[in-house]
Amino acid sequence: MIKYISSTINHLILSIGLIVMVIPIWIIFASSTHSSLFINTNGLQFFLGDNFIENYSRVLFKQSGFFNEITALKMFFNSFVMATGIATLSVITSLMAAYGLVYFKVKYATIIFWLIFITLLVPLELRIMPSYIVMSKLNLVNTFAGLILPISASAIATFFFRQFYKSIPDELLEAAKLDGTNSWRFFIDFLMPLSKTMIAAVFIFMFVFGYNQYLWPLIMTTSEQYWTVVMGLKTMYGSISDRFAFVIMSMIPPVIIIIFLQKLFIQGIFQNK
Amino acid sequence: MSFLELQNITKIYPNGTKAVNETSLNIDNGEFVVFVGPSGCGKSTLLRMIAGLEDITNGEISLDGNVINNIDPSERDVAMVFQNYALYPHMSVFNNMAYGLKNRGISKEEINNKVNDVAKLLEIDQLLTRKPSMLSGGQRQRVAMGRAIVRNPKIFLFDEPLSNLDAKLRNQMRLEIKRLQRQMGVTSIFVTHDQTEAMTLGDRIVVINNGVVEQVGTPKEIYSKPNTKFVAEFIGSPQMNLFNCKIENGIAHIADMRINLNNSTNIDDAILGIRPDDILISDNGQHTCVANLVEYLGSDMIIYSKIGDQEFSCKLSSKINLNAGDTFKFDISNTLVHLFDNTNGSRV
Repeated sequence: MIKYISSTINHLILSIGLIVMVIPIWIIFASSTHSSLFINTNGLQFFLGDNFIENYSRVLFKQSGFFNEITALKMFFNSFVMATGIATLSVITSLMAAYGLVYFKVKYATIIFWLIFITLLVPLELRIMPSYIVMSKLNLVNTFAGLILPISASAIATFFFRQFYKSIPDELLEAAKLDGTNSWRFFIDFLMPLSKTMIAAVFIFMFVFGYNQYLWPLIMTTSEQYWTVVMGLKTMYGSISDRFAFVIMSMIPPVIIIIFLQKLFIQGIFQNK
Repeated sequence: MSFLELQNITKIYPNGTKAVNETSLNIDNGEFVVFVGPSGCGKSTLLRMIAGLEDITNGEISLDGNVINNIDPSERDVAMVFQNYALYPHMSVFNNMAYGLKNRGISKEEINNKVNDVAKLLEIDQLLTRKPSMLSGGQRQRVAMGRAIVRNPKIFLFDEPLSNLDAKLRNQMRLEIKRLQRQMGVTSIFVTHDQTEAMTLGDRIVVINNGVVEQVGTPKEIYSKPNTKFVAEFIGSPQMNLFNCKIENGIAHIADMRINLNNSTNIDDAILGIRPDDILISDNGQHTCVANLVEYLGSDMIIYSKIGDQEFSCKLSSKINLNAGDTFKFDISNTLVHLFDNTNGSRV
């Protein structure tokens, strides 16, 4: 009986939390399916309207921006490329950095690691001018490479992988050595599959991090062709329902990534169960 | 020329610890050799040097006629079973066993045949698709052995592989390892700190203490004629009784007890050893003592007593009726005692 009550209370709390978080999003979504005129006259809506297809397709394909050079669809594409690039490169660089630091007899490996770790104290916003100068000297302004490279190494991800590799018993490497692996095969055949769940977790973190970038793409791009979704949010000057539709759509890519990688993500975060 | 030759092997760790000191050893093809010694005596280090997992500070190891000091572990053609098995957690049992073969570029079909054969031999053919986390301790042990066997190496190295198993399983696996080794005739080196394992498994035993080989010999030699005080103490259960004594003209003085050794030795600081089961208890024995404690072990019992202030134990059949507090009479035959010089621990 006590168990039943406590489980009911738990569910009640969870349900309240869910409602508090979902209702604003639902109101925006419901409102985005009405015409702007209707919302302007009647306020925010709680129930679905019948302009869903009309509003969303208009937003996706309408030329927008200051100079009307870009569609929302292109912004989604840009954001996706940028976020995926940052996430992929972060995973690769941090995996390899951690591998080098833990498994090779690097002199001063600990000091090097802490140097990497200290870069956490220097976020992109702080080094935005020097980063921009470097990128412009490399002729990477208005390119995807320019958007991706300066934020494609993650100290925190290196830290995660390093701690995980340190927890792998030495005997595994020794057994693999006797079985004839070399350093490269050990990385591919052992460390990569063993850190699969952590890779998923880091990928999601970095994807969302990359997707949410605002200041950096704003500075790095002069052509509207490289605008990202987050930049687009700022300059959505269309009608109110168009803006709502865009906001709703902008949430979809990270949500999709999380839904697909959720299982691995949770295992990855709670690796040391 | 022996199959595996260790010549003056020395290992000094970067922090200055000397783990192995000037060790030389010859091992013949097909032999089962056991390295035994207390924890930290350097036996595992020696094994790891043979495997190539530890650098050799000094000396030379040759296998099958080739010096292997600077040869990569993977090229040495040795297989090792680790204490914690070191199975690959993300691979199925099949892949665990097949991995080494794949790296050697052996064809898929041959790998299949070999792995299946070895799996049958070890009775793990039902488990080939499972991951190591789904196996019991004994099954993991078998997979670890299978991984070593399937490669058909020149030498098997076992690094305390039984210490993580419960007592019953340990005995069973011990027999199995012995049987497999006989069947395949592969030279094997087995490291353990357990003297029962050493005695039962080895064709020859190498007793190591503080990085130095104390004695090499068959189990029988080691048991019946220990070269040093350390070996005498380490091998045999219950432990050999060691009495500090003074020997004058072939007569050992232990407190007020006298034992005639029938020779004319004179040693001021000697140690007289006698195995607990070599103490002969009889009603007309020369010496008398009081049993302070009696341990009943089923078929046997162990009596703890004192000569002067030196404790000793004797093992006898539990059919004899003797309780704590009783006096008993016994003889110590001079043919069964072991004499050591206490200044250097060596046998006299």
